[in-house]
Amino acid sequence: MQAVNVRLIQIALLALILGSWQIGVTSGVIDRFFFPAPLDIVQQVISWVADPSFYKHVGITLSETVLGYVIGTGLGVAAGVWLGLSPYVARVLDPFIKAVNAIPRVVLAPIFVLWLGLGLWSKVALAVTLVFFVTFFNAMQGVREVNPVVLSNTRILGASRSDLLRHVYFPAAASWILSSLRTSVGFAVVGAIIGEYLGASAGLGYLIARSEGNFDAVGVFAGIIILALFVLIIDLLLDVAEKRLITWRPKAGEERPA
Amino acid sequence: MSIAARKISAVSQTSLPPMVAIDNVTMAFGSFVAVENVNLKVGNGEFLSIVGPTGCGKSTILNAIAGLLKPAKGAVSIDGATVGGVQNTIGYLFQQDALLPWKTAYQNVELGLMFRGVAAEERRAKVMAWLEKVGLKGFESRFPHQLSGGQRKRVQMAQALITEPKVILMDEPFSALDIHTRHLMQNELLRLWQEDRRAVVMITHDLEEAIALGDRVAVLAAGPRSRVIESFPVDLERPRNVSEIKLDPKFMTLYRDIWASLRGEVEKSYASR
Ligand SMILES: Nc1ncnc2c1ncn2[C@@H]1O[C@H](COP(=O)(O)OP(=O)(O)O)[C@@H](O)[C@H]1O
Ligand SMILES: [Mg+2]
Repeated sequence: MQAVNVRLIQIALLALILGSWQIGVTSGVIDRFFFPAPLDIVQQVISWVADPSFYKHVGITLSETVLGYVIGTGLGVAAGVWLGLSPYVARVLDPFIKAVNAIPRVVLAPIFVLWLGLGLWSKVALAVTLVFFVTFFNAMQGVREVNPVVLSNTRILGASRSDLLRHVYFPAAASWILSSLRTSVGFAVVGAIIGEYLGASAGLGYLIARSEGNFDAVGVFAGIIILALFVLIIDLLLDVAEKRLITWRPKAGEERPA
Repeated sequence: MSIAARKISAVSQTSLPPMVAIDNVTMAFGSFVAVENVNLKVGNGEFLSIVGPTGCGKSTILNAIAGLLKPAKGAVSIDGATVGGVQNTIGYLFQQDALLPWKTAYQNVELGLMFRGVAAEERRAKVMAWLEKVGLKGFESRFPHQLSGGQRKRVQMAQALITEPKVILMDEPFSALDIHTRHLMQNELLRLWQEDRRAVVMITHDLEEAIALGDRVAVLAAGPRSRVIESFPVDLERPRNVSEIKLDPKFMTLYRDIWASLRGEVEKSYASR
């Protein structure tokens, strides 16, 4: 009953905001150059979604995101596990890692365009630099925090170094990676979009940048809404993936005290 | 002191060659000497219990046998071979949860055989047999967090014993369990051990457990620089039932004798904190 009430209030609130916005625009109180009418935005969204060529843009942004995520995670796990297991190397490299991580990624976009061109790969590179560090720090932490008792036990059971990597360290790192799945996929999306926004010939970020270039506020708002939907759908997929992948962990509320 | 000396010498006269020999072992963490000049021998098929106040170095000694820690002085040998690194001819039942949380009961029990390169088919037969032996048939695909404390201990037991180790080390294996589960598990341990007697070194702070399970009880002094102060043979018939044996008059006499020796050390360890 309460849930239904909350939902009703939410819908009423949305209708109120959009309704007064729409009325404001048609009555001329709100300047439609800066705040286009909601109905126009919806129309733009619908005409995009109905247009087959629109999916080319979605497909490109999606490929950049997936490639950025997969490559960034792969490199991050490898580096994180390696440095987690070699504290000495980690100490030596520490200032360099911190310095590189401190660079705001946006400034790298022009350099990647210079190196890799305006196509897909400069965006993937930007996404990789964002995803890499999240995964890297998580994987390193995961490896360092492996329970020493579990480790001793596995060694006594006869595990070789590669057995330990495969059955203890990588799963330990993986559990951290899974817990940072949302964050890092979010970063991959941000990397792809920013890359497209700053210089591209296709993709959702490009759509927004192009509309902006034409002073087409309707296009910008429609692009933002499409982007929000895009992220929401990815989030839903991640939800399913997470539930499938982490079966070994207690779900919230299922935890045993001892 | 003379009584202690007599008892220790009586023990070292066991006719069998020792499976585990701890010779003059000193264990230190930096400048902190946890145990000093410890001598202990465990015969093949013998069940040795070690008792001592908390923090006296019981786990440290066990880790030296397992090869997880290196003695500062002296040496440990298993079946005649000096311990140089982590041993995998032993089974170690840790006090804490030592199962891999991302593997099921089945996969956890399987580990030792898998690391030894045993074929999947043979592994399967053995794992299923062991899970049944420890009363976990039907729980193969449960993850550790889906098992109770007692069930997790059973999985750990199967995991440690499936490789048929020469020596079984147990560090307060049942201390985290409630009293009923503990009795159940103690009896089960005795049953498994009786089937296939191996050398056992069990640490406990529970004197009743030490006597009920062991062939011999060694008492450690309060730390630091702990050592073995006395060693008591337990001449109670086997097979034993843990809950019933506590009513045996011989058990009670032993309990009184060992407690007389242990009590002073426990008091010392309380006084020093
Ligand atoms: N890794 C370590 N570093 C320093 N001191 C340690 C370490 N492990 C154990 N100790 C100390 O050695 C002593 C014996 O510890 P332990 O063997 O765990 O005792 P217990 O008899 O309770 O098992 C304790 O005083 C403990 O504080
Ligand atoms: Mg201990």
